[in-house]
Amino acid sequence: MARELMKGNEAIAEAAVRVGLQSYFGYPITPQTELLEYLSRRMPELGRAFVQAESELAAINMIYGAASTGVRCMTSSSSPGISLMMEGVSYIAASEIPMVFIDVMRGGPGLGNISPSQSDYNQIVHGGGHGDYQIITLAPSSVQEMVDHIQLAFDLAEKYKMVTCVLADGSIGQMMEPCELPAMRPLRQESEFAGWATRGKHGRAERNVVSSIYLNVAEEEQANFRMMNHWQQVKANEVRYKEYFLDDAELAIVGFGSAGRIALTAVRQARAEGIKVGLLRPITLNPYPEEALDRLTDRVKSILVTEMNGGQMLRDVERIVRGRVPVEFYGRTGGVVPFPDEILGEIHRMAAGNLPMGGDPHIRWLERMARKN
Amino acid sequence: MATLQANEQVVYQRPRALTEVNTHYCPGCTHGVAHRLVAEVLDEMGLQDRTVGVACVGCSVFAYNYFDIDWVQAPHGRAPAVATGVKRSLPHDSIVFTYQGDGDLASIGTAEIIHAAARGENITVIYINNANYGMTGGQMAPTTLPGQKTTSSQTGRDVELQGYPIRAAELLANLDGASYVVRRSLHDPKNIRMAKKAIQTAFETQVRGLGFSLVELLSICPTNWGMTPVESLGWLNDHMIPYYPIGDFKVISALQKETCASKAEG
Repeated sequence: MARELMKGNEAIAEAAVRVGLQSYFGYPITPQTELLEYLSRRMPELGRAFVQAESELAAINMIYGAASTGVRCMTSSSSPGISLMMEGVSYIAASEIPMVFIDVMRGGPGLGNISPSQSDYNQIVHGGGHGDYQIITLAPSSVQEMVDHIQLAFDLAEKYKMVTCVLADGSIGQMMEPCELPAMRPLRQESEFAGWATRGKHGRAERNVVSSIYLNVAEEEQANFRMMNHWQQVKANEVRYKEYFLDDAELAIVGFGSAGRIALTAVRQARAEGIKVGLLRPITLNPYPEEALDRLTDRVKSILVTEMNGGQMLRDVERIVRGRVPVEFYGRTGGVVPFPDEILGEIHRMAAGNLPMGGDPHIRWLERMARKN
Repeated sequence: MATLQANEQVVYQRPRALTEVNTHYCPGCTHGVAHRLVAEVLDEMGLQDRTVGVACVGCSVFAYNYFDIDWVQAPHGRAPAVATGVKRSLPHDSIVFTYQGDGDLASIGTAEIIHAAARGENITVIYINNANYGMTGGQMAPTTLPGQKTTSSQTGRDVELQGYPIRAAELLANLDGASYVVRRSLHDPKNIRMAKKAIQTAFETQVRGLGFSLVELLSICPTNWGMTPVESLGWLNDHMIPYYPIGDFKVISALQKETCASKAEG
């Protein structure tokens, strides 16, 4: 199929349509608005559901209703809007039904700004809503991955009846790149969800109920155990990541999405200088590529975590590395996008050696940034 | 069920759309009456098999245990948004209704109900107004009357401090998207019959694809009002109806034939 030049937000919207998106509900917020605008004309064209909701709260709850009927449905937003949606995300996760949402992250906290950021790692990966639940989280770093990940997101959400998030950022949403779109697929068949979807009984003996209430605490605990055990299957089967130049690497960088992509440019520059550095780019942030990082830790001298936030993924990396090698952090936050040169400077610092074991890489980074300004 | 003798006939029985379980509602509560009316209408109109209910948060959170239909249990206030998602995903043959209390609809869910009505969503809303938050133990609601004592307005609602009650039906009737918006009461048999007729018309509105319909039902809460059920029915008649008049606030012309009989009563 021919490659097309598309904006990330529009590419992911069109890809969703082609793999059978049947209902979309959203609310405008920069830098994801093109996604909503695109679907506002594309969905009615195909006789599918589109509503511009009155708020992100309403949008996520419209999705709750749509997801309850078993159709492929999604919403999209950006960081402050995602914060508003977290109530609904918790309900949907607890109801154990499939649902997909896209977060095109921007600078925060608060109203922040509309510049690309990775400010939502914590609220997506570690649960922004209440209770013990998990969100399968995919982190694209190109327009092509926006296309590929939305297909994967629907497949995983439906396979496990879980909430799945495509966690992109403003730069991937806004940039134009060539991409290959999937062919048009048929819509989901009713036989795929007849056992649980709320579509009216239509002769079924038992009624279907989509609910997240367990007033009996023992039942609620059992439901939580069931969901946690189910999550172990996702952990065992669905970890995805990409490795670059790691075969002979002595230094490793860990970065996802745009930060991973910028780090790759720096890694290539460092390789040209003869520095043996490589990159581990998690595709699934949840489940996290723990084994890959664990193995990597045993064969490198030090690890740099780079993110477009103040070190949210850093804590997961430290947990997995367990102090075996020095871990350093370099991030830009509040919507500032790092240049590859900044990462290259960090690689030079790593190559020079003498990095401290232990201590807090986040504090050391704060101190370095204070000196820089 | 007892076997019928030759000279006997059934004149009253559980509607098919209700399940055979005991409800958790307090003695004297009118939720049971409202449930029965909705179930009778679903039976009589033959809608049970294609209906999806959306339960709210409040005393009626467990409505899904009592109706033998598919249900989604929505977060507090969000039932109209959830219902929108269900209806838009099943546009052709589904009947979707929300069953919401006054705290749910007129306080935390004001944005969702106003915009569902404004969009003219083809859904039906059964709105129970009992002038307080029942489930959490009788706090002041947006519908609590001036001077009415609740656990969070203990000397009586002071409108200088706590503002005025919201007449949701009148508010929603102002929206061009609303097709059928009426208020009825459950305090005596005559009014209960009128309420059933209104619920029929509301579902008829949806069946005919005519858009948003809402029936507000004035209801009692003896437990939290601190009255007997009989006293509560009297209090509803004497205090609620003067503030919340029974009447039709929006009936689009396509429906007017069906409702000419229902006149405002006090």
